[in-house]
Amino acid sequence: MNLEWRTNKDLWAGLMYIGTGALGMWIARDYPFGSALRMGPGYFPTVLGGIMVAMGIYVLVLGLRKDHEKIQGNWSIRALIVLPISMVVFGFLMEEAGFIPAMAALIPISAAAGRDFKWLEVVPLTIALTIACAAGFIFALGLPYPLIKGMWGY
Amino acid sequence: MELFNNLIFGFSVALSWQNLWFCFIGVFLGTLIGVLPGIGPLATIAMLLPITFNVPPVAALIMLAGIYYGAQYGGSTTAILVNLPGETAAVVTCIDGYQMARQGRAGPALAIAAVGSFFAGTVCTLIIALFGPPLAELALKFGAPEYSSLMLMGLVAAAVLAHGDMVKSLAMVAMGLLLGIIGTDVNSGMARYSFGIPELTDGIGFIVIAVGVFPVGEIVSNLGETEHRMVFTSKVTGLMPTKEDLKVSFWPIVRGTSIGAFFGVLPGTGPAIASFSSYMVEKKMAKDPSRFGKGAIEGVAGPESANNADAQCKFIPTLTLGIPASAVMALMLGALTIQGIAPGPQVMTQKPDLFWGLVASMWIGNLMLLVLNLPLIGLWVSLLKVPYRLLFPAIMAFSCIGIYSVNNSSFELYLTAIFGLIGFMWMRLECPPAPMLLGFVLGPLMEENIRRALLISRGDPTVFVTRPISLGFVIATVLIIIVMLAPAVKARRAAITG
Repeated sequence: MNLEWRTNKDLWAGLMYIGTGALGMWIARDYPFGSALRMGPGYFPTVLGGIMVAMGIYVLVLGLRKDHEKIQGNWSIRALIVLPISMVVFGFLMEEAGFIPAMAALIPISAAAGRDFKWLEVVPLTIALTIACAAGFIFALGLPYPLIKGMWGY
Repeated sequence: MELFNNLIFGFSVALSWQNLWFCFIGVFLGTLIGVLPGIGPLATIAMLLPITFNVPPVAALIMLAGIYYGAQYGGSTTAILVNLPGETAAVVTCIDGYQMARQGRAGPALAIAAVGSFFAGTVCTLIIALFGPPLAELALKFGAPEYSSLMLMGLVAAAVLAHGDMVKSLAMVAMGLLLGIIGTDVNSGMARYSFGIPELTDGIGFIVIAVGVFPVGEIVSNLGETEHRMVFTSKVTGLMPTKEDLKVSFWPIVRGTSIGAFFGVLPGTGPAIASFSSYMVEKKMAKDPSRFGKGAIEGVAGPESANNADAQCKFIPTLTLGIPASAVMALMLGALTIQGIAPGPQVMTQKPDLFWGLVASMWIGNLMLLVLNLPLIGLWVSLLKVPYRLLFPAIMAFSCIGIYSVNNSSFELYLTAIFGLIGFMWMRLECPPAPMLLGFVLGPLMEENIRRALLISRGDPTVFVTRPISLGFVIATVLIIIVMLAPAVKARRAAITG
């Protein structure tokens, strides 16, 4: 079985455009379309979605040619999973625990997305960045975030 | 000579110790924060807006203007050093500026950006003083059809300048326009593509998409590679541009300034159109266009001048018509209103000290920018010597704080994480994200203007080609496509037959 299609760049790009455009048109069915004179909220999205599907078909055809291009570069599954998690944890802790816990979680977690993670580097980096950002953003710029929720009157 | 009297009056206002001091603080803070990755001029100004409330109106506006071009320059600095565009205009600077940094030429790239910005600033100060009132009258004649055609031209230009397949780039513009639709429709008040999530009825923030697709996507992508990013940091030598660099950059700076000044006067167009257009022009004028995207200094000099010229000339429609020419200008007008001044044509006659003081302070601010930044380039470049494994958590920290500070919402962080993954996918599929970003920013404006144009013409689509100015933009759009197609056709033919 030929598994070459899995790295076919334009095949995937074309499918992505067609999928996005079609999804856009499908959802926009529920919006009043109107006419060219009085465009409803559905007019612009439907036309755009149609244009995207058309361009997606063109790109898909590019991918079906014999000399189609391959997807370049490596994947770091680790980074793909760990980096988004670090942002979600940061957002959650900013609301629930305050600035210092959020930073203290964000920096080590995001650093763990890299290949060479050394506690000896990450701990000083976390401390230094937390202090620097607290000084710059909270004290100098006056962003209204509690350092630690529930402490110092917050 | 009324011009000189006005300028002398302006300088007498701007050169007071108090105004000089606020100008300096503005430029310094603007640059400092603009350099922080993921925080563009808009976020910077929004963040610093409250500190200007207790300052007299003239000083407050001078300071805000200083923050604006300081942040703009700071944004170019991060674009060049770490490939993080703080705002759309800097996306263009990323293309060649970042490549120059990779080749160890971060110093010259930064210096040429500063010199170009100063030149543009000087010229535009004169332009505002000389042509301010008449130019504003010309821009007044623009109706919805003209805006629509102009935006179409900007979007097409943005798509075809990105390298790679043109259809893929145009599809990315459509993607951006579609993303821009998310939120509440201005005309009908209907929430579109909000999937029942209340946060989405306000639309997706520009910073969310920009930070998600560029820094976060880039980090994900870099972590898959083996430390190739480290290579260029060891090769940073020679901070100053060579004589050759200056010679090559001279005309791009002049052309960039003219393009920026032209687009600057048109309300509604962001500096992105100016810098994208300047990049297009330079790419076309170059003897060897293939150097573009691989570290051509003209690709930094032209757009950087254009973007500064545009930033400055945006004050013409803002101050003379009271129309916010860009999102940043909307903040400026907000500051004016808080100071108790109604924006509009009467500002120039009723508050001459405000208008002419601001004009003069722009030149002073640009001089400060040059004096402040050329010696500090060493500091920015030294940031690159930090190993990537220490730098990327710092970029993540700045990005996350930046996003969170816009609306104090953790939801936007979750969205950014999603756009990081989407951005990575786009990068791997070689779907250029820069045109998408422009489409996203212009989308809502464009839809509104097309709707309005067709409403005025009673649904007749020929309105875009029967009005002369609009027709000009349409012809320019078609020309751009034809011109850009020709070499591609040639290259493809050569590849097949050769």
